[in-house]
Amino acid sequence: MVVTSDGDEILDADRVVFPGVGAIRDCMRALKRLRLEPVVRTAATHKPFLGICLGMQALLQESEENGGTACLGLIPGRVRRFQEPLLDPRGQPLKVPHMGWNRVHPQRDHPLWEGIATDRWFYFVHSYYAVADEPRWVAATTDYPGAFTSALASGNIFAVQFHPEKSQADGLRLLANFLHWNPEGGHTRQATVLGSDQ
Amino acid sequence: MLAKRIIPCLDVDNGRVVKGVRFVDIRDAGDPVEIARRYDAEGADELAFLDITASHEDRETMVHVVEQVAGEVFIPLTVGGGIRTLDDIRRMLNAGADKVSINTAAVFDPEFVKAAAERFGSQCIVVAIDAKQVAADPPRWEIFTHGGRKPTGLEAIAWAKRMVDYGAGEILLTSMDRDGTRVGFDLGLTRAISDAVSVPVIASGGVGALRHLAEGVREGRADAVLAASIFHFAEHTVREAKEFMAAQGIEVRL
Repeated sequence: MVVTSDGDEILDADRVVFPGVGAIRDCMRALKRLRLEPVVRTAATHKPFLGICLGMQALLQESEENGGTACLGLIPGRVRRFQEPLLDPRGQPLKVPHMGWNRVHPQRDHPLWEGIATDRWFYFVHSYYAVADEPRWVAATTDYPGAFTSALASGNIFAVQFHPEKSQADGLRLLANFLHWNPEGGHTRQATVLGSDQ
Repeated sequence: MLAKRIIPCLDVDNGRVVKGVRFVDIRDAGDPVEIARRYDAEGADELAFLDITASHEDRETMVHVVEQVAGEVFIPLTVGGGIRTLDDIRRMLNAGADKVSINTAAVFDPEFVKAAAERFGSQCIVVAIDAKQVAADPPRWEIFTHGGRKPTGLEAIAWAKRMVDYGAGEILLTSMDRDGTRVGFDLGLTRAISDAVSVPVIASGGVGALRHLAEGVREGRADAVLAASIFHFAEHTVREAKEFMAAQGIEVRL
């Protein structure tokens, strides 16, 4: 596995992880500056591709963050902010960001859910969430307090709002499932993580 | 729904876990990697590391501790103590920390919090607030630095709000009156801050029994509770704490 912001290395990889924290405008600017926009598009349409957190949100068409930011548009839909005041069932205000462990409810079978029981806990930290235009993209939902989309899947793209790398055994299982996932039955050797040194 | 978090805190002095009672009378509690692994196995939701190493030269030790822990434990890690520059933050994040907590540096230079949030994102910037009660009726709490010894005159609620405006993604709130006393959180302080800010608040300082953790959530309205000594000396496991909270009707990850 390599961590890279080099376009050729990403295009050479067998599978790509697109992780992220931070703000969407900086993310899109960095992709443009590094000329990675077409690379990510190609990777997301040709290889097993895992988007995490901001790396999920960037796949949609547009985000409300930073006063409206155009994203990659690989998944039809947009990214919305949790609208305050959010109230829990006891009427107490819920905090934004949605930070901590929450249950993930898979909405359909997928190889990445293999070995992970339904309604397991995963770690989240975010203030925005994806709203796909078509329900068929929704691979999981989570409640805060209403249901929002916590995983999207279609073809060779799988994208999660939570952080599998911080979600103990179930998170590691999801990452292992990704490494063994062959959406088109292709042979795979090596994974690349898109990123750069802070 | 979102679970309330239990966060064991490890005070680290030159690579060893210690627990200071009111920041004096330090007792050695062991190897940080070993302890982190145990808490992870018991179901800790996150881990907090506070570097209390006095000398700047020895701070590099903490980077190695974080690297080792992050390589073995896959839950969020927060590192505080001596975070004063953007470079300090970058080094900790690269070592594997998910969040850094900024304390004294925020008091001396509030703009540092703004710069840190802009550079690394609010999600990894925790502002640690050490507060002491200075008046009873109406209650008033002020910010203290240097382990509770130096007053700043800053009023705690206004300070917390300002830190959130500047980009703090979370507040780690310690009552300096309660820290190390084991008589429970300052619930009035916790609730006042939690109600005043939109971001999660971690209650800290004073936990001596499991019921204190539940009180922090129910009465203090904390989103997470932090404790050190009750876990370090194996009085209670994190799992026992969670089972106790679940029995009180608090949603926890079990």
